[in-house]
Amino acid sequence: MVASANTRLRLETSRLTARFGQHRAVRDVSLLFPAHTVTAIIGPSGCGKSTLLRCLNRMHELTAGASVEGEVLLDNVNIYAPDVNPVELRRRIGMVFQRPTPFPTMSIYENVAAGLKVNGRRPRPEVDDAVSRALQQAALWDEVKDRLHTSALELSGGQQQRLCIARAVAPQPEILLLDEPTASLDPAGTQRIEELCHALKRLYTIVIVTHNMQQAARVSDYTAFMYLGSLIEVGRTEEIFTKPRVEQTEAYITGRFG
Amino acid sequence: MSAFRRHLTSRVMTALVVVLSFTAVLALLLILGNLVAKGASSIDWAFFTKSPVPAGQSGGGVANAIAGTAVIVGLAALIGVPIGVGAGMYLAEYGGGRLGFLVRFIADVLNGTPSIVVGIVGWTFIVKPTRHFSALAGSVALAILMIPMLARTTEEMVRLVPNSLREAALALGYARWRTSLKIVARTAMGGIVTGCLVGIARIAGETAPLLFTALGNLNFTLNVNQPMQTLSLQIYVYATGPFDEWHRLAWASALVLMGLVLVISLAARWVTRQRYGSIR
Repeated sequence: MVASANTRLRLETSRLTARFGQHRAVRDVSLLFPAHTVTAIIGPSGCGKSTLLRCLNRMHELTAGASVEGEVLLDNVNIYAPDVNPVELRRRIGMVFQRPTPFPTMSIYENVAAGLKVNGRRPRPEVDDAVSRALQQAALWDEVKDRLHTSALELSGGQQQRLCIARAVAPQPEILLLDEPTASLDPAGTQRIEELCHALKRLYTIVIVTHNMQQAARVSDYTAFMYLGSLIEVGRTEEIFTKPRVEQTEAYITGRFG
Repeated sequence: MSAFRRHLTSRVMTALVVVLSFTAVLALLLILGNLVAKGASSIDWAFFTKSPVPAGQSGGGVANAIAGTAVIVGLAALIGVPIGVGAGMYLAEYGGGRLGFLVRFIADVLNGTPSIVVGIVGWTFIVKPTRHFSALAGSVALAILMIPMLARTTEEMVRLVPNSLREAALALGYARWRTSLKIVARTAMGGIVTGCLVGIARIAGETAPLLFTALGNLNFTLNVNQPMQTLSLQIYVYATGPFDEWHRLAWASALVLMGLVLVISLAARWVTRQRYGSIR
């Protein structure tokens, strides 16, 4: 249904349940994220959409008392298999959070290079290239190219968030997870990030969590609607927003609840 | 009536608080004023460059004590800072379990231990087995005093680092230890350095733990295997001695020691204000 004929299958959850202690935040979710598309996860606050996202790069398990059942398949390999190292896995999956999180002690350059260094030392020209490429992909290069070695904290909120995107894409991950990336940005900053989603899906498979339905409609190819931890409906974005099959989805997108 | 009373109460309480604040500051002013009045006149070039002369003669200085303070406190910091900061990092980043609770509890008990008891420990474990007093034993005693202080302040500073930074690093594929070292510790560095300086200022003035360990020495030495003088020990000996010349030197030594502590405290403030990150 979701994976159209000619997109390669990249990422998939299979009967995924995520808990905080006894509480089931994500319930039995099976969902496909086709390669080189943007999938939006929408739903009211507390519906489990961020938790689902954090299961995709094994960040969820870092919370005390958190546990996961079911599978997340990356190229048909279960990332929760015992022989998968979560630290190495996270290098293949970039993540950007709600609030910009530049490392305060590092310059703009060092921030972008931060994820490159974990794979061992690399020659300086190679790192330079990777940093400028990542900043160009994040549409930040022109604004910072003359001050790469100044503190990242001097950037505006929107610039900091694009810096975080540059930092996430610098190691060339296969998948990019965005957790409400525009929640703390003004409309102009939001628009730039949304434009980036369009541009970056050529290179990465993108999953974006958002509570803004217009945003989901604007940036995504597929939309998944979650409610109370369960996946209610998933489909092509235009179908979800124009002719949803499930009553609850329609109620949510028309603003009757949530 | 009630409005009048309310205003009156407010005025009285404000005045009271101001008076109490001044009383608190007054203690420092009195100490400093007294030291300057009685000690400043004895401070000259010889005071810093000469060692003490035999009792009864005039002249001489406390170069041995100044050098000794630097050596003993420096060595104590060399021992204490890595252990204290390391323990603090552990407590903040990994110390959620039983071991963390235990370490935290022990650090708090150690923090409240009278410093003279720590001196006796130094005597028992170093002076007695080696059969001689030594600067090294004094440094170890001071380090023991310093470690729990540093552990707790480091822990507090590291806890101030927002969790979002840890998550950002982990999401980039940083291992846990690398996150702690490269991101968290660096972000908290300003606070940690300040904590270390405050700790050094605290132990620089300690006397009791040195009485049974470094002992004191009227001659100039930099050998840590020998008894060594510090400013605090010098003050103790001179102030309790019978000669006016000694009392004069005691006041001057006290002024120098106080100045030293003040300088370190100011350095701590300065470091705090430098931007190592968003942590103050």
